[in-house]
Amino acid sequence: VSVLMAFTAAALFGIGTYLVLQRKLSRLIIGLGLISHGANIVFVTTTRRGQAPIIGAGDPADFADPLPQALVLTAIVISFGVTALLLALAYRSWLLTRDDEVQDDVDDRNIGRDSHDTEVSDAGAAELASLVEDADQR
Amino acid sequence: VVHTVHPQWAWAGDAVIALLLLHLVVGGALIAGSGRARAQTGVAFAVAAVPSAVTLGWLATALPDVTDGAARTAHAEWIPQLGVDLDLRLDGFAALMLLLVAGVGVLVIAYAWRYFHHPEPADIRLLGLLVLFAGAMVGLVLADDLFVLYGFWELTSITSFLLIGNKHTDATARAAALQALLVTGLGALAMLAGFIVLGQAAGTYRLSEILADPPEASTTVDVAIVLILLGAFTKSAQAPFHAWLPGAMAAPTPVSTYLHSATMVKAGVYLVARLAPVFVVLDLWRPLVEVVGVTTMLLGGLRALRQHDLKLLLAYGTISQLGFMIAVFGWGTPAAMVGGSVLLVAHAAFKAAAFMVVGILDHQHGTRDVRKLPRPTRGWTPTIVAAAVAAASMAGVPLLAGFIAKEEGFAAFVHEGAGGALTLAGIALGSVLTVAYSVRFLAGAIGRLADPPVAAASATARASGGPPALAFVLPALVLTAVTIVLGIAPALEDHLVTAAGRALAATTAEVHLALWHGINVELLLSVVAIAGGAALYLGRRRVGSILAYGMFVPPSSGAYLGALRGVNAVANRVTAVAQPGSLPIYLGVILLTAAIVPGVLLVSGTWWPGWPELVEVPAHVPIAALLVGLALAASIVRRRFAGALFLGMVGYSMAALFVAQGAPDLALTQVAIETLSTVLFVLVLRRLPDRFETVAGAARRAVRIAIATVVAALVFAFTLAVGGQQPETDVSDAMIADAYPEGDGRNVVNVILVDIRGFDTLGEMTVLTAVAIGTVALARAGRRPAHVEAAEARAGKRRPAPRLHTRLVTVEVSVRIVFAAVMLGSLWLLFAGHNQPGGGFVGGIVAGAAVSLRYVSGGLPEVRRLSRGKPWMVLGAGLLISVVTAIIPLFLGGQVLQTGSHTFDLPIIGPMKVTSALFFDIGVYLAVIGLAMMVFESFGDDPLPRDVGADVDGDGVTGAGPGPGVTAGAGR
Repeated sequence: VSVLMAFTAAALFGIGTYLVLQRKLSRLIIGLGLISHGANIVFVTTTRRGQAPIIGAGDPADFADPLPQALVLTAIVISFGVTALLLALAYRSWLLTRDDEVQDDVDDRNIGRDSHDTEVSDAGAAELASLVEDADQR
Repeated sequence: VVHTVHPQWAWAGDAVIALLLLHLVVGGALIAGSGRARAQTGVAFAVAAVPSAVTLGWLATALPDVTDGAARTAHAEWIPQLGVDLDLRLDGFAALMLLLVAGVGVLVIAYAWRYFHHPEPADIRLLGLLVLFAGAMVGLVLADDLFVLYGFWELTSITSFLLIGNKHTDATARAAALQALLVTGLGALAMLAGFIVLGQAAGTYRLSEILADPPEASTTVDVAIVLILLGAFTKSAQAPFHAWLPGAMAAPTPVSTYLHSATMVKAGVYLVARLAPVFVVLDLWRPLVEVVGVTTMLLGGLRALRQHDLKLLLAYGTISQLGFMIAVFGWGTPAAMVGGSVLLVAHAAFKAAAFMVVGILDHQHGTRDVRKLPRPTRGWTPTIVAAAVAAASMAGVPLLAGFIAKEEGFAAFVHEGAGGALTLAGIALGSVLTVAYSVRFLAGAIGRLADPPVAAASATARASGGPPALAFVLPALVLTAVTIVLGIAPALEDHLVTAAGRALAATTAEVHLALWHGINVELLLSVVAIAGGAALYLGRRRVGSILAYGMFVPPSSGAYLGALRGVNAVANRVTAVAQPGSLPIYLGVILLTAAIVPGVLLVSGTWWPGWPELVEVPAHVPIAALLVGLALAASIVRRRFAGALFLGMVGYSMAALFVAQGAPDLALTQVAIETLSTVLFVLVLRRLPDRFETVAGAARRAVRIAIATVVAALVFAFTLAVGGQQPETDVSDAMIADAYPEGDGRNVVNVILVDIRGFDTLGEMTVLTAVAIGTVALARAGRRPAHVEAAEARAGKRRPAPRLHTRLVTVEVSVRIVFAAVMLGSLWLLFAGHNQPGGGFVGGIVAGAAVSLRYVSGGLPEVRRLSRGKPWMVLGAGLLISVVTAIIPLFLGGQVLQTGSHTFDLPIIGPMKVTSALFFDIGVYLAVIGLAMMVFESFGDDPLPRDVGADVDGDGVTGAGPGPGVTAGAGR
């Protein structure tokens, strides 16, 4: 690896992170794409560089490392899948709100504020306790 | 006594396992058939009794040998990786417990037959659960492996939960079920931890081996024992964990009789009995166990005296008696083992009978409240006899089994020093209370506590069902007979109790139970207990103020309720902090953690390999400049389209990098996928506003930049650290060497994908399939099915959306020619891929790009025309082909994904070598094409789903063209 490529990977990660921390889904998708590219750079630049690993095309000792290539190939296709799914989310968000901004999840927040869960969880428990202890109250 | 295992008993192991399976099958069948069993209820009850009856029969064959001191064992490998085996062991004490479980089991099912006279499906389900419970209980008492014991222990808790909550529409029953499960379940978790600590200390998880050769006393063992006792105490409803047991009375009486008096609650007693003789040497054992046991006995007795509900009275009585048994077994001497064993048998007989009587009263009168129960008429005699004998045995009246048991229990503490005397005093006081509540039980059962007295002919009684049928009382009468016989001729038990005692403490002497031992301390205490209890009952009004102290015992159910609410409150607080609902905060926390934790680990080691060269190859310089520059541009632009296009250009620059690194496959894939992604972005972004509107505040931007900088710094350091490492053994070289001989392919990357790491590829295809389904679902949810649209269009309700695509013949023809050429190219990539750059992925993506061409020329209909099947069928077919290819070698005696090849001699073309990996790759190819087609299916067609979006009727705007041409939801 060279300092240059390490810096490039880091830059893609940094820019990607900056984008991912925003609320617009389309920016988030772009950010995630940049992070994927950054990760792929790490894979292919930290391992052996060389000829395309095709048997018969040269000396195997000069081959580029095929294993990270296989991993990156998988990663490329998977990140395409992720992009497609996120774009579907953005599309859905547009259908519902005419925007692709990720709003705060109010339900998420309310779970921590509401006490209705408590009531649900001991529905019957208080009644049960009074039934069992009943006799002593009379 | 060394327990010997005779070789001719090899079959016995299979018999035990078959017995457990029988419970499972019968119980499962009853539950499964509970909805249809109405016509054949008698059969259902008969079937339900079979497993317990078979258990009794099996036990009868084994009993002679077991009472001779030999243990039967069964061994089956279960989870060899974890060293957990299904070790079962039938010794004297297990036989005694098994006798109770199966004996009471048969009687309870006979009783339930009359109790559920016109059973609902829910009642049959309950019957099936009872059988499952019986199976779990059989497993529990036979288990010789600590983990197996724990498993069966939890199974009894779970079946108990289901049985208590069987009437699931009743909130009280549900709460009671939950309380029982939470309390016993938490105790059991503590017990599991204790088992693990103990097993580690002992070097084995075989219970019999641990007890034969216990680990030396140490803090570790102390901790283990305390944890295990926590499980035993919660299960056996010992103070302060007892409140779940009265609550469990919400269950129908057959359940209470079986689980919550005769068997399940004795599991804790059983465990204490097993451990006591060995671990009594620990300093903490006796103080802990005796204090808990005696306290529980007194507390349960006090509270039983204050109950008006007969069933609750018995429940508190059970708690009290369980405390008694824990105290006796807990003493740990051979005499205590004998006393405890006799007590177990006697208690099962009288308490089960008493519960059955309460169930009969409840069933016939519709109440269990002593203030409302009428006096019995003549037809009630058998029931009253059963009640009287049960109460008398509970009180320890001579000539009944309870008397013998109480004497033996007392005897364990005589001549045992100050501690023994103190415990004995506590137990004697508890016995006074026992006598008093026994009298109260009987008086209540025969209507003497009604206020004012309810005559037999009163309105309540007339409304009731009258005296019970004899068959209903018969199971209780059988137990009554047992109580009387064992009371008069206790010597009948001698063999079994001796065997049980010896199984627990090897030095137990031959037991000779007798009615009369002469005048001794035990007899004196019995007299005191009966006299004191009777006086307490008779003078109950005068000593009421003393008994009222029972009220001041802190109610354990309140503690449970408080704990429940406290946990919820804490959970709410934690949730409020941890779950603010903001995606940027979540992602920020995740990314920071992902950067800082490995970062700290990295820096704390000797990680710095030294600076590498600044630039490796000149070609890197422009590529890096492009990558960083385009990424920056993608992040800065305020137009969505521009951002997407810059991202695409970053991708093409990546392809250049891949070429420079010697990775043509990657370059090909990247280029193809960028093309497809760009189409995808266009399809979606045409809906969204052109620009990003909101501008974040400076503070937020600063935080984002800070997090981004930390992440980037970590990646920089990490990349340099990784790049500086030279792996010692190079896996990749082995893969290069194997690729052709093993995988029949020259393109090593492709061989890795379809052969060496083929499983990964299979997993990846599965992910793609899931993503594709999710994408279509998200994009199309809320749309009407196509045939509904068509029908409405025909009915004239809606005008079909006008086609905006202008059909240009020249364009269509040329696109089809190009399409054919690109498809041919993609097929070449697919077939050549094993030996040259290419492969299923690349081929599939190129074909996907070809599909996008067709979309451009003719829209979604043009894409649909490509295949008769739906896109998801193409995707599924791809996955299927790959999976089948992967599995076929298994049937040919090979391994999953093993490659085979065959050379065909084709005319003209000549010899052609076909490998099975090719078929795998064809699956990949089809799956990727299917994914591409699904993308168009998702985003490609009429952009205005009518249910969600704007109304298109009448305004003529369909918004099929790019750009935000539709005003948001204006039509509504």
